[in-house]
Amino acid sequence: MTQSLTITVNGSAHTLEVEPRALLVHVLREDLNLTGTHVGCDTSQCGACTVLLDGRAVKSCAVLAVQTDGREITTIEGLAPNGDLHPLQRAFWEHHGLQCGFCTPGMILTAVDLLDEHADPSDEEIRRGIEGNYCRCTGYQNIVAAIKAAAAELRAGATAGATR
Amino acid sequence: MATLFGSGIKRREDPRLITGAATYTDDVKLPGLLFAAIHRSPYAHARLRSVDVRKARSAPGVVAVYTGADIKDRVTPVPCAWNIPDSDLKVPPHPLLAHDKVRYVGDGVALVVARSRAAARDALDLIEVDYDPLEAITDPERATQAGAPRLHEEVPNNIGFTWKVSGGDAAQAFASADVKVAQKILQPRLQPTAIEPRAAVGTYNAATGQLTLWVTSQNPHIHRFLCSVMLKLPEHKVRVISPEVGGGFGSKIPVYADEALVGFAAMDLKRPVKWTEDRSENYKATIHGRDHIEYVELCGTKDGRITGLRTRVYAGLGAYASTAGPGVPTILHGLMYSGAYTIANIDGTVHGVYTTTTPVDAYRGAGRPEATFLVERLVDLYAREIEMDPVDVRRKNLIPKDKFPYTVATGLTYDSGNYEAALDKALRLIDYKTFRAEQERARREKRYLGIGVTTYTEICGLGPSQVAGAVGFGGGLYDSAIVRVYPTGVVRVYIGVKPHGQGEETTFAQIVADEFGVPIENVEIVAGDTETTPQGWGTYGSRTTAVGGAAVKLAAQRVKEKSKKIAAHLLEASEGDLEWKDGRFVVKGSPDQAKSFGDLALAANVAWNLPEGVEPGLEASAFFDPSNFVYPFGTHICTVEVAVETGEVTILRYVAVDDCGPQINPMIVEGQVQGGVVQGLGEALQEVAVYDEDGQLLTGTLMDYAVPKASQMPSIEVDHTVTPTQVNPLGVKGVGETGTIASVPTLVNAVCDALAPLGVRHIDKPLTPARVWAAIQQAQGGAR
Repeated sequence: MTQSLTITVNGSAHTLEVEPRALLVHVLREDLNLTGTHVGCDTSQCGACTVLLDGRAVKSCAVLAVQTDGREITTIEGLAPNGDLHPLQRAFWEHHGLQCGFCTPGMILTAVDLLDEHADPSDEEIRRGIEGNYCRCTGYQNIVAAIKAAAAELRAGATAGATR
Repeated sequence: MATLFGSGIKRREDPRLITGAATYTDDVKLPGLLFAAIHRSPYAHARLRSVDVRKARSAPGVVAVYTGADIKDRVTPVPCAWNIPDSDLKVPPHPLLAHDKVRYVGDGVALVVARSRAAARDALDLIEVDYDPLEAITDPERATQAGAPRLHEEVPNNIGFTWKVSGGDAAQAFASADVKVAQKILQPRLQPTAIEPRAAVGTYNAATGQLTLWVTSQNPHIHRFLCSVMLKLPEHKVRVISPEVGGGFGSKIPVYADEALVGFAAMDLKRPVKWTEDRSENYKATIHGRDHIEYVELCGTKDGRITGLRTRVYAGLGAYASTAGPGVPTILHGLMYSGAYTIANIDGTVHGVYTTTTPVDAYRGAGRPEATFLVERLVDLYAREIEMDPVDVRRKNLIPKDKFPYTVATGLTYDSGNYEAALDKALRLIDYKTFRAEQERARREKRYLGIGVTTYTEICGLGPSQVAGAVGFGGGLYDSAIVRVYPTGVVRVYIGVKPHGQGEETTFAQIVADEFGVPIENVEIVAGDTETTPQGWGTYGSRTTAVGGAAVKLAAQRVKEKSKKIAAHLLEASEGDLEWKDGRFVVKGSPDQAKSFGDLALAANVAWNLPEGVEPGLEASAFFDPSNFVYPFGTHICTVEVAVETGEVTILRYVAVDDCGPQINPMIVEGQVQGGVVQGLGEALQEVAVYDEDGQLLTGTLMDYAVPKASQMPSIEVDHTVTPTQVNPLGVKGVGETGTIASVPTLVNAVCDALAPLGVRHIDKPLTPARVWAAIQQAQGGAR
């Protein structure tokens, strides 16, 4: 038994037939071939599967695909649609905020949401904000630095935009 | 021209990783792909009365189901590849799927292959296994005692081996010592938790007889070798590709039954097959680390001279001997009992013990964290016993810098070191004296501050192949590179090691770009595919740069030597008249007479005009076998405050001063240290694998196993000293594991220091609030 699902992913509309039990992460990875979204656990702790659902970070292993009918999803592949890296992507690169890279897409998308909520977070707020995303390589220190740097860049961009 | 060596340039692997464009094993898709799932034993120890897979075979979407009985004559058991000598090691057979008994929760019993992941998973529930449960035993000491259940008929008392190390005369040293301290130390089992679970994809070409296996592997050539054995295929008919790998920490060194099973199914069905473990499966089926019960003692003089160290260790092997399992608590552990000190008399005994648990193998640091922990705890206990500052005790016993190379009592020869310089730097950074004064003041106010110091060294850069052979390692430990220069002067470098987060696609390119005077964009590093890369032994034991990087350097030098011959010929000069300047060979005194590396790449590759006896083409390979291991070292210092009412530990500062020789890319080195320290702080503060009496893994999901979160961890202050090694042409040592090696005793020493006024002497890891609180209550004589 399958169910019909229409979602917009990274700006493109898709209509799919999915099993009601299919998780969003599996539909993204297997049906839409968006393998930048990773699976690191089966209990919704690690956050490697984080995507944006209508602009908010969600763990796509904890969302049934059918719950997203009619909604918009952004995955890591959609964060830099024109090839220009998002400030967070640039900052992770610049500040060595990744090593093996497996947690990175989810970490970056969580940070997008975090900076949407808090334009100027402290280190502690960043650490709390990303505690649902596990990284085993970096010890988080450079991730915090990267998010902080991206926040500054985004604020500068917003100011520049406002005064233009 | 400025060199790239020493420059913290951004990593070249990152663009694909930050855009989701990287290909990890589970991302590999092939036409007609089938999906495998493994039925795993829910019992720690049981006889298999029957395995009924009929319902599963006829379930929707199921293509095949295999039991242990189905496959046992078609494959060979999972090999153990570190057969330590002089130890009566017993390696009982480890079948790919159990067919008589299961020996741990997670032991594979049947393999399902189906058209979808979900169908394979569903079919697992239709497999009916009649288990006859037997008694479990998870404690490696109790497993050796009378009455313990026996896992393997051929292994009495479950003792897989007894291995000894000695130097000097420890019995005499202890008999005549003024001061002795002894401690039972538990180094509990840990779950490595690379964020990417293991996976494998197999595809078989029946016409060529070649099996291609994508595997989450730190060492694809070892996977090729051992999978070819298990599957009875000639080695050249197995191609292993380790694509992007999402962390390993040792857990992707071993060659597992699961990976061979995927290859077996792909060959049998002549269809591509994928298997990906989920996290809960990972926690049962992927190796664990540590698991030591240690009885250790140290002796010395009243004025702080350490004279002897003894150990008796029960090291859990798990249910079967994993790939490197026996080597970890012996060669990589017992040989390091001298730590950074001149301890003349050492005597150690390690019992490797089979228990009804997940196999134990290398986990970041692998044996050295356990050695460093016991040595550094003993040094602190000794300092307290003789009422001497632990820093002064360390200083008194550190190997002096003018004594290198220095041979310790266990027989190892440390290559180079300047331990006091690192100690002094760390003390300055933390401002030791000021903190001690602050601690005094705080104690008067009933606040409990502590400071922990570790002066460590460790053995890495594995290692000379001759030694590998002598200690029973089932392979070489040299490594390799092919440097291939294209006609347009761009370069590809194929390496035998397999980086998976450590950044060698950048650091190795820095080495090559420097050698040739070309932009780094012109150099690409290729790893992970046994079809294109030369024989190598993988990324572990902090060996990648010290051994693999050295091979890259040597191969690049060979290319440059050849290009110099061609330059001399084209410039009608003798080689002796040429000098290398700004990326060109220039005739001395005639700066206009020059050939760039690009000119020579073209000349060599078109071969229109080459000197007599010089072959066309511009490439070279190198196999670098180091003359010794390398021994990075350093001092880590941590300050803490302990809330005695709750047992909660707050880290105030953490300073790490490490010396890995010259740093190719300081940004990457710092990242390795930060990540390693936090991983070690996880071990010290919160991580532990827990089995119940029946051998059920209670920490079987990521909900239960306490991997550090960002909000739980401090920032690490990282600094360094630079002491080159003579062991390799780069002068470099490894730095991938120093963090987990040094940080665990540093934190525990700090907490025990904080609680010294309350009479707390030692607390076993992890230092959760409950344990710290209980230790305080016990020391105070209260109820627990």
